[in-house]
Amino acid sequence: MKIAVLSGKGGTGKTTVSASLKSSIENCQYIDCDVEEPNGGIFLQPEISNVYPVMVKVPEIIKDKCTGCGECAKACQFNSMAVVKGNVLIFPELCHHCGACILACPEDAMIEVERQIGVVETNSDESFMHGKLNVGEPISIPIIAMLKDMVKDDGNVVIDCPPGSSCTVVESVEDCDFCILVTEPTPFGLHDLNIAVELVKKLGLSFGIVLNKASENSKIINEYCDDRNIDILMEIPFSRKIAEAYSKGILPIEADADLKKEFGEMFRKIEGKVLA
Amino acid sequence: MKICISSSGNSMESVMDPRFGRCEFFAIVDTETNETKIIDNAAAKSGGGAGIAAGQLLVDNDIEVLITGNVGPNANDVLKAAQIKIVRGKKVSLNDNVKMFQNKELEIIEETVPSHSGMK
Ligand code: SF4
Ligand code: SF4
Repeated sequence: MKIAVLSGKGGTGKTTVSASLKSSIENCQYIDCDVEEPNGGIFLQPEISNVYPVMVKVPEIIKDKCTGCGECAKACQFNSMAVVKGNVLIFPELCHHCGACILACPEDAMIEVERQIGVVETNSDESFMHGKLNVGEPISIPIIAMLKDMVKDDGNVVIDCPPGSSCTVVESVEDCDFCILVTEPTPFGLHDLNIAVELVKKLGLSFGIVLNKASENSKIINEYCDDRNIDILMEIPFSRKIAEAYSKGILPIEADADLKKEFGEMFRKIEGKVLA
Repeated sequence: MKICISSSGNSMESVMDPRFGRCEFFAIVDTETNETKIIDNAAAKSGGGAGIAAGQLLVDNDIEVLITGNVGPNANDVLKAAQIKIVRGKKVSLNDNVKMFQNKELEIIEETVPSHSGMK
């Protein structure tokens, strides 16, 4: 079973929930798709033994053949080229690797070259994997795609998604059996939760909610979920013990044995929903 | 000489927009004929590379001087390759900016801002 963990924004405890869930399930693979800030490793402490470069193809000009006609830049929908005074300028970081410029060039003056944008790192049995986007690179989809290719088909998988609700999240949740949306009981939390709910509904995925930092303010989330018939799978109380553990890089389930049990129960609940 | 100014509105009385790639309009002033033309900045709404597309627009319009606020590094590469001079305008009307430029009261920008500054 593949479970994606997401939240409308960062900072709601998405990684804490993903890593706790992974640690509460036997034989579970953990994939950190938050490639701009992968921090699941801080809690799970994997021993990285494999590093794979992630390459993309970008165009390069064969100067002798280029007439400076500008067709390539006109074909590029991503503004990653300009043609100035007969010279082609390429901005590889903005390239989406679509190949349109190469098709558009009447002189066959372009070729594709490989360029590294980041890495995928795993431990020896690939039960832990994360991707890292090089600093300054704006496009992370190819790294997430490579991580998703390495998902094990048998067994359980927890996928820690990037924050937000953009195409990187869509790529991360694709093919998952269930989505956990993590939120917190604040107006901002509710606003972002609503966006995440719309997204997973649009993708036709089953989902449930984990309410983090539950307190007397939880009403706003409870009412939202009641109105829409959305399941709250679990509530993690706002507690000093959990916050202290977190600040030391210790998962709440290590600090609180009951919580570990609850995560296990949540997993079985999800299993019941997916298999039903 | 053709001057381009990034603009927040579509008249010469509009205030200059300090953003180059994502301003809504560009005003083009031909100092020889005194003709002015306002064009839409189609690049303003693109996901990425707005500055590059805007730079290309200036190149295609044979602009020699750009009056704006800040230019990002990618746009700067395009403008540099086209030898377009970048001048730091003021948040006043386009007409006033042109006058100030002609009186040599505006500063020539040499440095560019880091990519996506203030947008994270
Ligand atoms: S491959 Fe596509 S995105 Fe990249 S430069 Fe060519 S046209 Fe633009
Ligand atoms: S389309 Fe081909 S020949 Fe024309 S400017 Fe681009 S690379 Fe050069």
